Amino acid sequence: MAAVLEISGLEKTYRSKRRGIRRALDGFDMQVDAGQVHGFLGPNGSGKTTTLKALLGLVRSTGGTMRLLGEPVPDRLPQVAGRVGAIVESPQFFLNFTAQDTLSLLADAGGVRRERVTEVLELVGLRERATERVKTYSLGMKQRLAVASALLKSPTLLILDEPANGLDPGGIREMRTLMRGLAEQGMTVVLSSHILGEVQLICDSVTIISRGRRVAAGPVAEVLAQHSDGGVRVRVDAVTDLPKAASALSAGGARVTTHPDHLVVGGVDRPAWITYMLAQQGVYVSELAPVTVDLESVFLELTATAPVPGQARQVDDSAVVGAGPAPGPHPGPPPGAGNGPAAPQGGWGV
Amino acid sequence: MSLAKAEVRRLFKRRLTRIVLILALLVLAAFPVGFFISSQKASPETRAAAEVEAQQNFDQVSRDHNRMIEQCEAEKAGGSTTTEQMYGPNCGKDWAPTRDQFRAEDYMQYEFNFQEEFPISLFVFSGILAMAAFLIGASFVGAEWNSGGMMNLLLWRPRRLPVLATKLLVLLGGILGVAVVFGALWTAAFWSIGKFDGAVGKLTSGVWQSFALDGVRGVGLILVVAAVGFGLASLGRHTAMALGAATGVFVISEIGLRIALPLVQVPFPDRFYLSTWAGAWFGKEMTIYNYRECDFAQGVCNPGEMLLTWQDAGLVFGIGAVVVLGLAFWTMRRRDIT
Repeated sequence: MAAVLEISGLEKTYRSKRRGIRRALDGFDMQVDAGQVHGFLGPNGSGKTTTLKALLGLVRSTGGTMRLLGEPVPDRLPQVAGRVGAIVESPQFFLNFTAQDTLSLLADAGGVRRERVTEVLELVGLRERATERVKTYSLGMKQRLAVASALLKSPTLLILDEPANGLDPGGIREMRTLMRGLAEQGMTVVLSSHILGEVQLICDSVTIISRGRRVAAGPVAEVLAQHSDGGVRVRVDAVTDLPKAASALSAGGARVTTHPDHLVVGGVDRPAWITYMLAQQGVYVSELAPVTVDLESVFLELTATAPVPGQARQVDDSAVVGAGPAPGPHPGPPPGAGNGPAAPQGGWGV
Repeated sequence: MSLAKAEVRRLFKRRLTRIVLILALLVLAAFPVGFFISSQKASPETRAAAEVEAQQNFDQVSRDHNRMIEQCEAEKAGGSTTTEQMYGPNCGKDWAPTRDQFRAEDYMQYEFNFQEEFPISLFVFSGILAMAAFLIGASFVGAEWNSGGMMNLLLWRPRRLPVLATKLLVLLGGILGVAVVFGALWTAAFWSIGKFDGAVGKLTSGVWQSFALDGVRGVGLILVVAAVGFGLASLGRHTAMALGAATGVFVISEIGLRIALPLVQVPFPDRFYLSTWAGAWFGKEMTIYNYRECDFAQGVCNPGEMLLTWQDAGLVFGIGAVVVLGLAFWTMRRRDIT
């Protein structure tokens, strides 16, 4: 599949006499193939929006290369802008204009036929409210309008920054259906979101960024698989038998983690081996289930942003990958320390 | 071209543009209405009656004056030594009223004269429209930055300088169109007042040409002010930036410098006030004086003079506009869109 979005070694450094040097992007890589719905994930302040802004020519990068639809950007951005629909950050519109006016002005500016305005308003469910001023809209309605503005060009590549912000549950489901429908029609969708359950449902692949660097990338299933150790949760009839069971399994070569009411056993090829080993000790299994991971737990692990009881995490306190010095004034945990990953993982050669 | 058309639509769709234009139109309309109410066309009968009244007043004042001289001389003959204090030297004979001091016009209701008064009205027109143009220009781009509209637009047209230049040209074109239409209405209104409710005077082609040049200078200033408002708001990425800068310049130039410069004895302090240059621009030229070099204790002083022409004023305003717009375009090119 051809790549419609390629970023290699992207850097963005902010220099301030007062605050010193801050690397918002520190050699970031990303690739999105045609026809995919791609999730772009990262904690607050990790560089997601800066990346999207750099791609779209709003922010000047200080290093690295970018290509959109095969063209180098920002040099050739004017040539591809007509095929890239985007919303960046929260929806921002002139509040005294109606949705109809807002979109028709954009359509005029971009040379898009006016009929398309009605089509996209219908598509995002704003047809009946199109002649009302944007200032009367809820956040969710503004979000729909933003998506409509991005769809106006009938883009080949759609870049959406937090499109589900402010949407009600029905709206989130509609947005999910819309994304999938657009992808089925051949559109590539890049979706930046913090609603990880949605991302897991919608996206074919993901890129996870932390402190300006990629920490994981690849098909969702692969990323999940790479962060699942194939563990099995084991419960036994009597909780008092857990130490005995743990000793037996450890002696057999398995990795055992003990919890108050169950064990998690890793490094086992066949779960039947567990029942066999425990039966030999006279311990009877009441539950034997594979431990599954979801995108949220993988995200929290990779970015080291899982909440810690009694600690208030600062926005810059997230995982730093690579061997370079920690960017910014709040160095994260060293590689491999804590619950952070030791190195970038995932597909596409990382 | 599609961008320009969209921007024209956006400019005149904006509520602030509409409100400011309506307010400007109302304020401008108040002038011809006021002149229409106060002016009364002089008929031969009213002129004749005024002549008679002027003559009667002259005769009365002359009689009073002569009576005063007689009284003064009588007191003088009686030995009074205070007549000079009461009646002036020579019993006030040197200050006899003259007939030309009693003009018929002074005994008639005000009559508007188009030829004489229209040029001054053009300065008023330009000043009011310049303020409106500043607001419209600043808000046109300031609100775009503030509301995120500029970012949206740049996602569609990722060419920063052409986008800003198109907006500026559309603004100037729009303001020019408004100035031409309003100017035509203004001229027609005052000409009508002169024609039907006053006097038009002698309108030769030279007079009309002079009016046209005054109008062109007025429109030029309106466009420069609009461009500066646009540039300042673009620099600060907010309408308030332009309003704040304008207020600051006004306070510094018209209040601060007026107080400070005479204190530090700067020669020709008037040349540092923007209003001086505006006066030179509108009035074709303006002479300013350096009273600092005068020592009135030595008697009459002829202070040094400096002539400011409308070309000088054009240079000052032009350089100001180019600097502000240059900075606006430079920052548009260099700064990130956040």
